[in-house]
Amino acid sequence: MTDIQRYSYDVVVIGAGGSGLRAAIEARLAGKRTAIISKSLFGKAHTVMAEGGAAAAMGNVNPADNWQVHFRDTMRGGKFLNSWRMAELHAKEAPDRVWELEAWGALFDRTKEGKISQRNFGGHEYPRLAHVGDRTGLEMIRTLQQKVVALQQEDAINLGDPEARVKVFAETTITRLIVENGRMAGAFGYQRETGGFVLFEAPAVIIATGGIGKTFKVTSNSWEYTGDGHALALLAGARLLNMEFVQFHPTGMVWPPSVKGILVTESVRGDGGVLRNSEGKRFMFDYVPDVFRAQYAETEEEADRWYDDQANNRRPPELLPRDEVARSINSEVKAGRGSPHGGVFLDIASRLPAEEILRRLPSMHHQFKQLADVDITAEPMEVGPTCHYVMGGIEVDPDTQAAAIPGLFSVGESSGGMHGSNRLGGNSLSDLVVFGRRAGLYAAEYVDATERPAVSDAAIESAVAEALAPFERTGGESPYAVHADLQQTMNDLVGIIRREHEMEAALKELVTLRERAAKVSVTGGRAYNPGWHLALDLRNMLVVAEAIATAALERQESRGGHTREDYPAMSPEWRQVNLICSLDDDGRIKLTRQPLPPMRDDLLALFERSELKKYMTDAELVSLPAGDSAQEGNH
Amino acid sequence: MAYMANLRVWRGDHGEGKLVDYSVEVNEGEVVLDILHRLQATQANDLALRWNCKAGKCGSCSMEINGRPRLGCMTRMSIFDQDQVLTITPMRTFPVIRDLVTDVSFNYEKARQIPSFSPDPATKPGEFRMQQVDVQRSQEFRKCIECYLCQNVCHVIRDHEENMPAYAGPRFLMRVAELEMHPADMADRRNIAQDDFGLGYCNITKCCTEVCPEGIHITDNALIPLKERVVGRKYDPLVWLGGKITRKQHRDTPRVPGKH
Ligand SMILES: Cc1cc2nc3c(=O)[nH]c(=O)nc-3n(C[C@H](O)[C@H](O)[C@H](O)COP(=O)(O)OP(=O)(O)OC[C@H]3O[C@@H](n4cnc5c(N)ncnc54)[C@H](O)[C@@H]3O)c2cc1C
Ligand code: SF4
Ligand code: SF4
Ligand code: FES
Repeated sequence: MTDIQRYSYDVVVIGAGGSGLRAAIEARLAGKRTAIISKSLFGKAHTVMAEGGAAAAMGNVNPADNWQVHFRDTMRGGKFLNSWRMAELHAKEAPDRVWELEAWGALFDRTKEGKISQRNFGGHEYPRLAHVGDRTGLEMIRTLQQKVVALQQEDAINLGDPEARVKVFAETTITRLIVENGRMAGAFGYQRETGGFVLFEAPAVIIATGGIGKTFKVTSNSWEYTGDGHALALLAGARLLNMEFVQFHPTGMVWPPSVKGILVTESVRGDGGVLRNSEGKRFMFDYVPDVFRAQYAETEEEADRWYDDQANNRRPPELLPRDEVARSINSEVKAGRGSPHGGVFLDIASRLPAEEILRRLPSMHHQFKQLADVDITAEPMEVGPTCHYVMGGIEVDPDTQAAAIPGLFSVGESSGGMHGSNRLGGNSLSDLVVFGRRAGLYAAEYVDATERPAVSDAAIESAVAEALAPFERTGGESPYAVHADLQQTMNDLVGIIRREHEMEAALKELVTLRERAAKVSVTGGRAYNPGWHLALDLRNMLVVAEAIATAALERQESRGGHTREDYPAMSPEWRQVNLICSLDDDGRIKLTRQPLPPMRDDLLALFERSELKKYMTDAELVSLPAGDSAQEGNH
Repeated sequence: MAYMANLRVWRGDHGEGKLVDYSVEVNEGEVVLDILHRLQATQANDLALRWNCKAGKCGSCSMEINGRPRLGCMTRMSIFDQDQVLTITPMRTFPVIRDLVTDVSFNYEKARQIPSFSPDPATKPGEFRMQQVDVQRSQEFRKCIECYLCQNVCHVIRDHEENMPAYAGPRFLMRVAELEMHPADMADRRNIAQDDFGLGYCNITKCCTEVCPEGIHITDNALIPLKERVVGRKYDPLVWLGGKITRKQHRDTPRVPGKH
């Protein structure tokens, strides 16, 4: 094993998106030698694509906002299946994390008083998203990237080596976690440029690898989103939580075919854009579900007044949580009232002056102009649902982000719990920095309290053999063909509306795809060979796909990002159940049910009993603390 | 509507390679990156190229198409004649790793030399107050997606590798300008812009601005104003005198990490 480069670190962070970078910064601030590993170049992680903003109840635009309101919105958005502790920490700490970004150089858009401006978004009661036009993710990643650089500059001056305590390993892919005697010992992978292998020995590993969208055909996600972290954790013996919840964003581009799925930011609706069907009707008024009836406008007039006067009007239904809007669009198209290319119309042109659209939504304007020949200041866009985000993820401790294996942590989209069954827009970017900081902090603490397990030769040998296998085989299928069929299967059979027989068919098909994947062979050498990379990613996507389909088949209700045609209602009994995936000895998904921990009384008291009634079982309601109904509903 | 496009794609590694001819299907609305992906999936599984967002947001898919630096994901096939041969090559200024992938580490080294954001330590997070008009200038530069097309096209380094150590290139001179114009930044980077990052090499040809996919006015809004500020500083008699007497950098000029 001569061609393996070995490194030794205190903390290894897999992922250089918002959550990974924030975690690495915290670990380095705690004095730990930290490695940041990323499949693409530094500064290109998926976070760069986030558009709308980061949710934090700073109250800069509406002083009535506070963490309690944000907490309530998050729980409602997730249909009360969230880890309430994570939702609480998130709502409380998000403002500090956003202000911290500003102190590190981020330049958010401003209010008239010179504070950070905040915009409206679906499911958020008040304007809450700190933003920079529609390129907030770029601002976040660049700021964190530049903070890493600032720390390296400090180390250059004080220690004579910029990489003394934090080093970025770009274009490096981790293919295995290494566990020795039940504890984390390191991570193994390859460098894209050379195809050479690398071994990171470290007692603490933080998975911050993002999502799984590339398992589906129509998606807003990039090639990086092959569910690596989810799969790495499962294969190492950790557990995944509620993988059935996949968010289909209501507004992806639908035309031309080559851009199908690319995101159209929710800010378009937050800033006044409305959805219409082929008859010109603002159809969302017809789709307000009972649980949200009290908070949403019933007429166009009221909805339009809301933008200027939120105290006396209710929100437009276009700003319902994403799962609701996506399903409504789906229904309109199915009923034959769709746009020419199978979507619906999103109209901002008739709602705002052209120059205002250009100021607020410059990259949307650019995107449509360049890619679809549509001028959004003059014509409506055509949009439809696209696979966007996975709420399910690695099961972690809500305070420390620690996973089931000592020394393993996870944060960001790869971790589960925070968003329940549906994530509110803007709650991811804030999630990244809130829990990124926590993961870094607790990983550093863990390192102080543990000895370093050694990596065994056997572990390395089997990782090498697995990585080289696609070269050993000849005459097999191309990995691209298997990937395309997997995406089609998931799109058709485990998509936005789910049916029992389709999911069963999907699981059957996944078995075949697994067999095909085990036989793919690759051409070319080891240096920068995307065919080889994809062949290795297939393992991850397949195991994630199986987890999603298995959990989706099990959960017999509709909630958030999981809609069952055969079980269309939300069930209070199912709300008490978390579905946990682990791997059995044959590497197949094993499902267990686990009760949701009951919410703390002071948090329960933030809701009216009448609202809790819509979500909870009678038994739960009986045991509610007295006096909880003192809370006024506020609109 | 579909047709077959004739592509000549540079294949090879570490400087040794050749243009290889391919014929690839093109459908309505597609961009160059789609065609390269199709080529990769059907004829050249190991074709190396970078991409992430496919929406002009990440700056990964920089390449040269018929000699012009562009993002593959934002270049529509419809702007070319159907019978035209498309020559696709990696960025010329940076060493090739494989096929269309280049070694852009030069840029990360330069990024690490520019003294970071330096706010007043007395201002606590949450206390910053800045007006929109004041942040707007730096915000324009922060639109940069680090595609390095401007770095690739700037003649100071495109044709003169020997200038690379002394010259940060438009993207990073713009980063200096961004910090200089940041309303909450306290440091003065004017001297080092000239002395360490080679602002003087730039003779405002505006080629960088022309290729910037974000439409940032690099030359007019960053480089020229930075030059004006540097001149202001250089001829400020007090600063000049101070510099002469102590032979030290002005006290608010930060050190260039890794340079001293
Ligand atoms: C188009 C779009 C717009 C969005 N807009 C918003 C918004 O406005 N507000 C909001 O809150 N959220 C938004 N989201 C969601 C949000 O951007 C993501 O959920 C979030 O950025 C994920 O961050 P992360 O840190 O978890 O991971 P990412 O930023 O995705 O980073 C993952 C990292 O892991 C690395 N990685 C993955 N696998 C491996 C491996 N095997 N080995 C090594 N490295 C690996 C990748 O290279 C990458 O560096 C949007 C998402 C999309 C797609
Ligand atoms: S304007 Fe200056 S930086 Fe831009 S290309 Fe010309 S010489 Fe280079
Ligand atoms: S300034 Fe423009 S051309 Fe240069 S790296 Fe940034 S986005 Fe690319
Ligand atoms: S793929 Fe992101 S800019 Fe082209």
